[in-house]
Amino acid sequence: MDFGLTDEQEMLRSSARTFLQKECPKKLARQLDESDTGYSPELWRKMSDLGWMGLPFPSKYDGGDGSFLDLVVLLDAMGYNVVPGPFFSTVVLGGLTVLAAGNEAQQMEILPGVCAGNVRLTLALTEPGARYDAASVMTTAMSRDGKYVISGTKLFVPDANVADYLLCVARTRRTGKPENGITIFLVDPKGPGVRCTLLKTLARDKQCEVVLDNVTVPRENVVGQLHQGWPVIQGVLEKARVAKCAEMVGGAQASLDMAVAYAKERVQFNRPIGSFQAIQHYCASMVSDVDGSRFITYKAAWKVSEGLPAAMDVAIAKAWTGQAYGRVTLLAHQIFGAIGFTMDHDMHLYYRRAKAADIMFGDSAAQRAVVARQLGL
Amino acid sequence: MDFRFSAEEEAFRREVREWLQREIPPRWAELDPGLWEETDESWALLRQFQRKLAQKGWLAPAYPKQYGGSEMGHIRRLILAEELYYHRAPVGIEWEISVNWVGGAVLLFGTEMQKKKYLTEVARGESSFCLGYSEPNSGSDLASIQTRAVEDGDSWVINGQKTWCSFAHYANYCWLGARTDPSAPKHRGISMFIIDMKAPGITVKPLMNILNQHSFNEVFLDDVRVPKEALVGERNSGWYQLAMALDYERSLIGTAAGNQRLIEDLIQYAKRSGTGGGGDPLTNDALAELVVENEVLRMMCYRIAWMYTKGLHPSYESSMSLLFSSQLLRQIAEVGMRLLGHYGELSQDSALAVDKARIMRTFLSCISIGVGGGTNEIQRNIVAMRGLGLPRQQ
Repeated sequence: MDFGLTDEQEMLRSSARTFLQKECPKKLARQLDESDTGYSPELWRKMSDLGWMGLPFPSKYDGGDGSFLDLVVLLDAMGYNVVPGPFFSTVVLGGLTVLAAGNEAQQMEILPGVCAGNVRLTLALTEPGARYDAASVMTTAMSRDGKYVISGTKLFVPDANVADYLLCVARTRRTGKPENGITIFLVDPKGPGVRCTLLKTLARDKQCEVVLDNVTVPRENVVGQLHQGWPVIQGVLEKARVAKCAEMVGGAQASLDMAVAYAKERVQFNRPIGSFQAIQHYCASMVSDVDGSRFITYKAAWKVSEGLPAAMDVAIAKAWTGQAYGRVTLLAHQIFGAIGFTMDHDMHLYYRRAKAADIMFGDSAAQRAVVARQLGL
Repeated sequence: MDFRFSAEEEAFRREVREWLQREIPPRWAELDPGLWEETDESWALLRQFQRKLAQKGWLAPAYPKQYGGSEMGHIRRLILAEELYYHRAPVGIEWEISVNWVGGAVLLFGTEMQKKKYLTEVARGESSFCLGYSEPNSGSDLASIQTRAVEDGDSWVINGQKTWCSFAHYANYCWLGARTDPSAPKHRGISMFIIDMKAPGITVKPLMNILNQHSFNEVFLDDVRVPKEALVGERNSGWYQLAMALDYERSLIGTAAGNQRLIEDLIQYAKRSGTGGGGDPLTNDALAELVVENEVLRMMCYRIAWMYTKGLHPSYESSMSLLFSSQLLRQIAEVGMRLLGHYGELSQDSALAVDKARIMRTFLSCISIGVGGGTNEIQRNIVAMRGLGLPRQQ
């Protein structure tokens, strides 16, 4: 039993925090939120120089040979500082999918570019049904003349607007169980027949609608086995859920730290509001939510990292953390009062992201449904 | 990071589990007393069982050997606590009080002689403690206690009244806070004592608890004369010792395992009765939520156990865990009562009662968890002030 990080992980965390405080001020986050691309090439370059994009990938692709847990430590620090951009989409959703299922040629084509910060990826999974189950994948890929023709609408695809490759999840077989007829394809988002439209969202993250109209891709673009894509996606979703939890843990910790600092300095009735029991009790509830989220997230992350069965732990972590982050940001807002209700204040950056993160990859209720099924209910 | 138990620890868990399945007396399972439901008969069984545990070296697994412990470390203590709670073993809250709370404080502050005597007796299952903390006018404001201890030659003379003293009617000793310097600020004039409950001048009167059971007592101290050596730790620094003991009290590391058993029973009931599974999605959601919350609690408990292994003293961490635990137990009771409907109202002696009316009893006993050891509000104060360094309330 060990709740501690390794020295290397502690170093990664503190250096990431320091770097982001300097290089990714909230002002930049706000600007990028308002931009169409949602990312800064300069910051992206610096992050890749630090080896962040390559962290979880093998050194033969110029990666850092880090563990999934290392990546979670980094995402925790990124969540603390609300770093906009396609890091999550590229490294977690795209990169880990290619690593899990891609053949040597695909990995060689894509991963060194990811590690070098030259290639951006995303996973085009969800559709207008907005669910994360196999049956909701309706986009079709028909085999024709040794190629595949893909048609359908992918919705809520993060960062497709800046991606160099889409990992597009499509149905290649309609008969049998829904999970037995799904295939993953590499698709050029700028190729013919692909139309990408940016959605305006609560967290001002860059989710897109991607319409695929008879998009032709060669057979070499199949990632993994034909019809066997769903287990790959399940594995990626498991990692993505934990990774999202890690961002939430960081964000929740930041919200708590900001609110506590404010409660110590803000004076009303001739004393710091942090001396009022009502405010203290809000803060105490937040600590419990933040610490609880951290332990449950890191436990799930550790299991995933060790390659242990983690379905239950991941669902529990996402179910809890999604709600806990929301509660923390709401209480932080209450402590900030009117100033927190302004665009100039940082708090809304977290409040918005908390809700978006809860929804992403299946919300708390969906995760509890997974837990219930695991319990045989 | 590593959230695994080692192979040896897993083997230890299996050993404990098998032993408990064999050794828990059938009569105990029949009586099935919950928290705060001891009777003369169940108390006798509990004492017997504790002595058996002691023979295995499992009653005080983390104590040093010279005080009757087995130095098995805090992870094995955690495993033991989990299995004892899960199997509803005959140890009761009394085990926590004597071994972990008072024993923990004596280990930190006692003289060599005190440690030898009290820890050894406790580790062997020979003696039990009750707590002399609250008074009629000192609840949450515990530092305002008025019970007085006055030095007189070679002894201390104690006068006052204590309340909510669980199992004082059975206990051999009382771990008691008393004012030794009335002129000092309230936190700086308290000392801690261990007094023999048979000392002349002690009167124990029952208070019936919410379950209509006799667990609480009022303890009246009328010119109770105790020897000099009854003082534990430094005179007038008792508040600090008491606070440390309270930290132990608040770190109920096995509690998630007890909850787990309750939740498992509810899930079985839901499946049996057809409300779970395909029956009612709200029931499934509520039960899944209990499992989620309990895993969070489990991690809070494990974090505390891990802190012990590192030689760290859990402070606000214990308060947070207890606070969380109290809210969760109430939630379990609420979900359980909802699931059982009218059947949840039936008392233990009804033939139609489900699982000996455990949920109804939990519905009543859960009130104590958000109050005993400091109310939820006190725990929040501690998390805010000790944990976050927020300014003192005025």
